[in-house]
Amino acid sequence: MVQGFIDQISQPWHWAVSGAAIAGIVFLMTWMGRSFGVSTSFKGWCSLLGAGRRFKFFQMDLKDELWRFMFVIGAVIGGVIAVSFLRSPEPVDISAATVEYLGGLGIDYPAADHKMLGFFPTSLFNFSNITGLLLAVAGGFLVGFGARYGQGCTSGHAITGLSHLQVQSLLTVIGFFIGGLVMTHLLFPLFV
Amino acid sequence: MRNFAFLIVGILFGIILTKSEAISWFRIHEMFRFESFHMYGIIGTAVVLGALGLLLMKRSRVKTLDGNEVSYKGMQYNLTRHVLAGSIFGLGWALVGSCPGPMYILVGHGYWIVLVILLSAIVGTFVYGVFGQKLPH
Repeated sequence: MVQGFIDQISQPWHWAVSGAAIAGIVFLMTWMGRSFGVSTSFKGWCSLLGAGRRFKFFQMDLKDELWRFMFVIGAVIGGVIAVSFLRSPEPVDISAATVEYLGGLGIDYPAADHKMLGFFPTSLFNFSNITGLLLAVAGGFLVGFGARYGQGCTSGHAITGLSHLQVQSLLTVIGFFIGGLVMTHLLFPLFV
Repeated sequence: MRNFAFLIVGILFGIILTKSEAISWFRIHEMFRFESFHMYGIIGTAVVLGALGLLLMKRSRVKTLDGNEVSYKGMQYNLTRHVLAGSIFGLGWALVGSCPGPMYILVGHGYWIVLVILLSAIVGTFVYGVFGQKLPH
């Protein structure tokens, strides 16, 4: 019976099930007295590494952030568990149009992910491809910088903020899409 | 004890985002190309149910574990800031195909290159903390 259950949840989930499960995380964390948000952990790591000694922005009571460190460490462990025990039988079912388009850019799906899961294009982003390495550094930097400037990322704004009907979050999410569309349609094809 | 409970919530989050495929770079690319409903379905469902649930929690005055009612401290309104910051984030999100949550989860999956992305995001946060005050707030 346990094996049957594991087989069941190892299938890719329907978007409605996934969305409901994410809403469940929001409720759980709200009930636990915290607001669901991941990017603040980056500020926490800076503070933990001593950035608060020289820069006021990073002065925070790390005891109040312990829960968030635990949460993101949990996320890493969740990834380990998911890939070890709940692996989908097939790579992610990406639409044929996207697969064809990416193929034209030299990103072959699903072979571009060396794990054949359809999660990450390691053929582009890897330690021996200098272009990919630079893009990884640039992309990560923009995410970290933008998230802090905007006081939140997808979890804080697109999920939590919108659920609290915050117009500030809506405008930030519109920004996510402006940047995302420019990158996907104009810049990314030039980079690869 | 509660901090430990958040480890469990984090584990659930990692599993949910993996099975939802929201951690997939390809899903994000597909979303920004409007070639699948998948990601819109996930975010839409989460927000609609989230909004209803939070409204219910506020209306019913349910107490959190701290004994407080559910409330939300919104940030100060500044149109330029919201759109500009969002756009910077969006450029990065679409490029590396992962926002902060999935970065941690993908590392758990053993995609070691994502550690570079994660470290760079922490550097980006640091640079904002040092120089960011000069931007419109």
